Amino acid sequence: MKEVTIHARAGQGAITVASILGMAVFLEGKYALAFPHFGAARMGAPMNSFVRISDKEIRLRSQIYEPDYIMVVDYTLMRGFNIFEDIKPGGTAFINQPGKMPTPQVQGINVYTIPADEISYDIFGRTMGNTVLLGAFAAGVEEVSLESLCKAIDEKFSGEIATANKKALEEGFNYYIKKYS
Amino acid sequence: MFVKITSKPGTTRGNETGSWRMGTKPKFLRKNCIGCGLCALICPEGVIDGKRKKTYYCDYNYCKGCGICAEECPKKDILMVEEEEII
Amino acid sequence: MREYLEGSIAVARAVKLCRPGVISAYPITPQTHIVEELASLTASSQLKTEFINVESEHSAASVVLGSLAAGVRAYTASSSQGLLLMGEVLYNIAGLRLPLVLTCANRAVSAPLSIWNDHQDSEALRDSGVIQLYAENIQEVVDLHLFAYRLAEDPRILLPVMVCMDGFVLTHAYESVDLPEQDQVDEFLPPLELIEKLDPFKPLSMGIVADARFYMETRYAIQETMKECLVIMPELKKDFNKAFNRDIKIFIEEYYMEDAEKVLVTRGSVAGTVKDVVDEMRAEGQKVGMLKIISYRPFPAEAIYNALKDLYAVGVLDRAISLGSWGPMYTEIKALFHGKDKFPKISGFIGGLGQRDITRDNIRDMYDKLDWGEVPCEFINLNREFLIGARKYT
Repeated sequence: MKEVTIHARAGQGAITVASILGMAVFLEGKYALAFPHFGAARMGAPMNSFVRISDKEIRLRSQIYEPDYIMVVDYTLMRGFNIFEDIKPGGTAFINQPGKMPTPQVQGINVYTIPADEISYDIFGRTMGNTVLLGAFAAGVEEVSLESLCKAIDEKFSGEIATANKKALEEGFNYYIKKYS
Repeated sequence: MFVKITSKPGTTRGNETGSWRMGTKPKFLRKNCIGCGLCALICPEGVIDGKRKKTYYCDYNYCKGCGICAEECPKKDILMVEEEEII
Repeated sequence: MREYLEGSIAVARAVKLCRPGVISAYPITPQTHIVEELASLTASSQLKTEFINVESEHSAASVVLGSLAAGVRAYTASSSQGLLLMGEVLYNIAGLRLPLVLTCANRAVSAPLSIWNDHQDSEALRDSGVIQLYAENIQEVVDLHLFAYRLAEDPRILLPVMVCMDGFVLTHAYESVDLPEQDQVDEFLPPLELIEKLDPFKPLSMGIVADARFYMETRYAIQETMKECLVIMPELKKDFNKAFNRDIKIFIEEYYMEDAEKVLVTRGSVAGTVKDVVDEMRAEGQKVGMLKIISYRPFPAEAIYNALKDLYAVGVLDRAISLGSWGPMYTEIKALFHGKDKFPKISGFIGGLGQRDITRDNIRDMYDKLDWGEVPCEFINLNREFLIGARKYT
């Protein structure tokens, strides 16, 4: 079983990302449990959502303390506390941060940075980096395919929103491929 | 298991509340009655009836003797009298 | 068809399949998504029902009472304080023998304000005459809702059924779930036919007075029906399994109980985590098992007794507490063994109040503690730091 934690601010679509990822994994015939951090969240407050991915039925209902992967939808969350602390050794972090910023170096953890806000601005006309980051996640780790994520978007949205989000996924995916492989 | 928890409407008729009167009952004098029907309208038990003036009466099997009819009659044509009085 | 759905949405879809004629509810976290989805299904004409907006849970429960009294299938849902506000009416619904199905999205009870999950709210209505079924995962929630309508409306039972699902943990989690087809549900669940209902052409008084000569018999009748449920529910389960091609559990679920020495008794979603721990400990050679209680009212006493009687030690994990006494499930299980020659050591644990996480380590600790002695009411995973400086007089 692999565990994913998504760090974001309430309103940045962390629960949407978790449910899309869960749905994509489900569409591939595997099991996924997506759930929000069990807390009240007001716009802008730091919050998390979680996904468990497994080949077997998932019964574990406690929160995630040692994720294999993290996605950071808002780099400002890294101010003040150590977001990498809980990640399993050898784990992977995907961070949405401006292209100009240096990539954080963390011992034993693979850190990939994606300027998802900048990419998403060109697509949506506003910063909505969550699906871009999810595209990079699909490219960076072998848990889910880009096709399944696109299918999941189609299940959840329709029309322009679906098209734009699929584009965001692809851009994120391609950016990762170009930069890291 | 079920026990009966519903009832047919109207079963309260079996309970003759006239026995609840405490000493007085209304007497319809039928002298100054103008047939306004206020007594019948206001009776909490709905046991007063009448068709024209000076015809109003009440069913003593159910009248609880509250005296509201006597109190409200605009012509003071209803009197509360001793239970023993024969009407 | 298998779908990937949020727990609340799955419940709404299951309720839709049962074709309720009247839905009335007042939103409260974490129940909100359920009734929001039902309202939206109604608004888009996918669900033909009378959705009645009300100004409180008391009114919502009163509306569904009225609808059922007139013989129309109804649904409502609530949580926490909202459920308690419904409580007054729920006693009436049970006393009037009306087959309501309602969902309790389990949440802690104020004060202090907590929107998070535990079992204190449904536990408060334990004695109301409402049948209570607790679900472990979203699939079970869906199945139990379908089952609940058939159970409530069985002419031999006619009692309200509350399906309890853990707030957030189940209501807000996404999982794959198998929803049956409409024709399957229609076949399993015939339209509601009440022998006695309000009808202007056949007048009838409901909710009449019962003085000391009659009141006790109404309670005796419900108590007897609860006992009869233990016989009738397996029959309905057979029908259910046939109709939907499933194998659902309705009273208890046993996990590795055959040769177990130490067992944890649980209710609700935490059972999943416990199963994982049982697997881990079994792999280490420890003979542990788990017993999950699904039907809490009626309490399947005989089944539980038989499952536990030969064990060495039993731990009961309550996610509620009867303040001033012990855990509610603990006292009942303890009572099962009173006066028996052979009985296991029984310990009571209180955990997960206000959604304090119950981790795998916590569960392991509980199993380990069963080796020591009996504890009646041990709080697990207390935040000791927060207790420093607490005023105490003994």
